Formats: sequence, C-alpha cells, structure tokens
Amino acid sequence: MKIREVKRILEAEVLCGDDLMENEVSYAFGSDLMSDVLAFVKGKTILLTGLTNQQVVRTAEMADLNAIVFVRGKKPEGDIVKMATDKDIVLLLTRDTMYTASGKLYSNGLEGVTID
Amino acid sequence: MEDIRYVFDIEKDDFVRAGEASSKIKKILRQLGIDSGVIRKISIATYEAEMNIVIHSLGGQITLEITPDFIRVIASDRGPGIADMELAMQEGYSTATDKVREMGFGAGMGLPNMKKCSDRFSMNSSAGKGTVISIEVDMKAGD
Repeated sequence: MKIREVKRILEAEVLCGDDLMENEVSYAFGSDLMSDVLAFVKGKTILLTGLTNQQVVRTAEMADLNAIVFVRGKKPEGDIVKMATDKDIVLLLTRDTMYTASGKLYSNGLEGVTID
Repeated sequence: MEDIRYVFDIEKDDFVRAGEASSKIKKILRQLGIDSGVIRKISIATYEAEMNIVIHSLGGQITLEITPDFIRVIASDRGPGIADMELAMQEGYSTATDKVREMGFGAGMGLPNMKKCSDRFSMNSSAGKGTVISIEVDMKAGD
C-alpha cells in the first residue's frame, strides 16, 4: 500500500515527508513499546504509535521503517519532526485511536507483521 | 579491507542524545556499502545496547570494529553491573523506571533482542563493577 493511501484512509495530516507519499509499505505494526518494534518488525513496515518522543524516530531509523503514524491526535514537537525529515521518515498524524486506525488499515488490505 | 575502529562515549541519563552513536554507526556502515541485512542487525543490537547504557549504567562507551569477516560492537559501562545475568536475559524482566517505560523502553526485551540479532553474543558483568557486552554479526558471503 502506498503511504498516500494510508494518509487517505486515516484522514491523516502529513507532518513531514510530503515528497515520499508514493513509497510503499507492506505491513503495519502498532505499539507503544519501542523494544517490541525493534524485536518484531521486519520489511517495509509502517509504525502506529501513541508515543511522540524522539526515540520513536530513532527506533524507526534503526529498524529501517519509512513511515510513522501518530494516533489519538498526539502531535510530536518540532525537533522530532525535523529529525524525521533529515532521515527521510514520513510522519503522519491521525485523530483515530490505535484500534480504529489499525482496523481501518487492516480492512483495506494492509496486513500485520508475523511473529516467528 | 583493513580493520576499522571507532569509539563513542555514552552519557548516562542523556535521553536527548540517546541513539546518536547508533545512528552514526549505521551511517558509517552504509558508507562502506555493507549488506543492508547486516546493517539492520548491527543497528538494532547497538541501539538496544546504547539505550541500556543510558538507562541503567553510570555511563560508558560503544566501540565499533569492522573486519573483513565480521562487525563487532562492544558496549562497556562503568557500572553498577548486573547482579543476576540469567534473570537479566529473560524476556520481560526489567529493572527500568517508570520514566523509561513511558519512553517506550524497559520492556525487558533489550538483551534477548541483542542476542537474537547477533551471530555471536557475550556478556560479562558483576555487581559493583561494569558490564561488557560483545555483539558480532558476520559479513554475508560476497560482500
């Protein structure tokens, strides 16, 4: 699924990465535990989270994630947006809860990560 | 290729800069054209190790060594050490504070995750002294 499609489905605001909307994501992973993201995520995955600190962007960088959706309308500070911009990571913001956002994406065909 | 070595100082409780050394290491490995799967494993393990030094220790260092056959990351700190290493390796066991948990860490996945990402992993520690963790990931054939 293209990131543009994720944005449309979640009626999300683009915080950065407007030029990267055509990039593809194959899976989604929803978590506020960054260690679980590091442990379980692989492939082109979009992260849904309610955490807005800079470790979320660091985690995405280390795990090669190209996009993050902040759920529940939680907006990160400007320095976090700048960090993501520098690292070519798309940041989206939706008012949906984690559950609702996950349900919308899943029912539109975006699958979850399989855990070994 | 000759062996390359970099050393990064890690401060305790510096949550603003936490992850910078891992980010630099990832950049160095990319510039050397190393396989992306190898980079990913090293990056995740190094980042977990760096967060551990920031969260749990009195400060320390991360050393990156690149040899023709493998990449080694050594995370060493100045203490306080791990009293029960077997317990520390258990998934879900953590001594992290609520503040750290609010940041998305302290789930007790760090050490097991480092081990999972490594081709060779070792940890030496004792209470009152520092901890030294060695993470090695082999280069893929053809690199």
